[in-house]
Amino acid sequence: MDELLELLQDVRDDVDFETCETLIDDGILASFDILQIISAINEAFDVEIPATSIIPKNFNSAKAMYAMIEKLLED
Amino acid sequence: MINVCEMLERSAGKFPDKTAFSDPDDSITFAELYTDSRKIASYFLQKGCMKGSDRSVLFYMEKCVRALPVMFGGVYCNAFYCFVDIRQSDDRAASIIDRVDPSVIVTDRENRERLIKILGGKRDFLMIEEITDRNFLDGIEESDLLTNERSQFYDLQPLYVNFTSGSTGMPKGVAVSHASVIDFIEIFTKTFGIVSDDVIANQAPFDFDVSVKDIYSGLYTGATVRLIPRSYFSNPVVLMDYLCDGDTTVLIWAVTAMCFISIMNGFDYRTPDKLRMVMFSGEVMPVKQLNKWKQHVQNAQYINLYGPTEITCNCTYHIIDREYGKEESIPIGIPFENEKVFLLDENNKLVTAVDEEGEICVSGTCVAIGYYKDPEKTDAAFVQNPLNGKYHERIYRTGDLGKYDSNGLLHYCSRKDFQIKHMGQRVELSDIELSAMAVDGVSRACCLYDEKKKKIIMFYTGEADKESLSTELKKKLPEFMIPGKTVQLDSFPINKNGKIDRNALKSNY
Repeated sequence: MDELLELLQDVRDDVDFETCETLIDDGILASFDILQIISAINEAFDVEIPATSIIPKNFNSAKAMYAMIEKLLED
Repeated sequence: MINVCEMLERSAGKFPDKTAFSDPDDSITFAELYTDSRKIASYFLQKGCMKGSDRSVLFYMEKCVRALPVMFGGVYCNAFYCFVDIRQSDDRAASIIDRVDPSVIVTDRENRERLIKILGGKRDFLMIEEITDRNFLDGIEESDLLTNERSQFYDLQPLYVNFTSGSTGMPKGVAVSHASVIDFIEIFTKTFGIVSDDVIANQAPFDFDVSVKDIYSGLYTGATVRLIPRSYFSNPVVLMDYLCDGDTTVLIWAVTAMCFISIMNGFDYRTPDKLRMVMFSGEVMPVKQLNKWKQHVQNAQYINLYGPTEITCNCTYHIIDREYGKEESIPIGIPFENEKVFLLDENNKLVTAVDEEGEICVSGTCVAIGYYKDPEKTDAAFVQNPLNGKYHERIYRTGDLGKYDSNGLLHYCSRKDFQIKHMGQRVELSDIELSAMAVDGVSRACCLYDEKKKKIIMFYTGEADKESLSTELKKKLPEFMIPGKTVQLDSFPINKNGKIDRNALKSNY
């Protein structure tokens, strides 16, 4: 989780990723941020996030992103 | 042809019942678009809101099918249209509205409250849901005043004004005439063989001139244009479904949007196999992402387009005809027909030698009218061709540096100044610096752009903390101009000319 938070902070250092749960719903992350986050996650965790997982629910909070990554790692 | 309405009239005559534009909620045929545009024009004229010689319709909303009859309603009244990016700050939107001083402002339910706040009770506005309501339109008779308006049509009149980043904090409004759009679209559709059977999926918002190619290629050829909502670009499954189910054949997109699909593995979910042409512009296309596209959509032709808003969409193109290595640059190619594109060196001498850099300059009908209500900036960028001492020849100096390769193809090298391309938008780094230095507790600010990470990095000195600086910047600047990283310094490295040493900053960060 710390690794993820660090990575997210690196993409946008003006967002409170630890507490925010509406990153997509409130438009805090733009399309371009998501693009960067996905590239960074792919690299850091050595996963390939499939298009079907890229839905608002999975990116609304750092917690949700982490759960998604864990699930991808299990599969 | 002297007015783009003639494109609409021609397609309405040839393909009356064909869908001209659609979005997930609405669609409109060419005949309906023609009739509704004239009705809305009649309404504007009868209501008396189109007076004087400087007329405009300003939109404070996201693009949608309903906006089109209102846009062309304005055009039938000799007005230009202007879309304001709703993602930018209220201050910036207000300054654009004041500069345009529109005859009519149009918004929708979603943006109504925010517009009221921006206008501060100083101006009236219309609701798009009301003026494009079927019952409302059915009640409007076409006015005789339209004939009089038509007799005033002339092709050097502005058709739209698009605002881009300006170097002193005030956005610059690029005004483009009917003549430029008619000239470009005719050649553009002919060059790439866009026909009435095509389905064009529109990615770009209407405040962006990439959308001009979609809108007018559709109107001119009778092709259908499907508008993709902005939110689809955070949701690849929905986006791929929309592209595939709509039998999309042509994409004219920003590079960032193309990368969105390839990076998000959109092709693993579905492939739009009807695609026959993919054109991209706005930034340098990463070869890795282009290769992903070519791997999945093999039968499409890929075309690199180049050009700033000031010369109407694009001035050069290159049809990709071979594989590119990761370190290679894709050429921006050769000029479109009826456009003169050339390089000038620092002494205003023509550059023709291979591999020698020069500023890319453009001459032709494509050159915009200038910056709206900004003669000073207009005169600085739209100038007499220094190579021509015999008659008036207005050229646009792009500020981009280019060079020729051994095949005579142009390549983009870099910017002459500190303008960058970020998230598909033109950003003057000095704009961000000026905004930062206007914040209390910031004494000096300097921005760099990390090309690799696609990130704006801001360095500053002063006692202001990072969070409050970021909060203040967000009030003033659009999202895409907010630095991705902020670094507080005790002092700036200075070069021998007494200026901030950007190279030292770069190597230390």
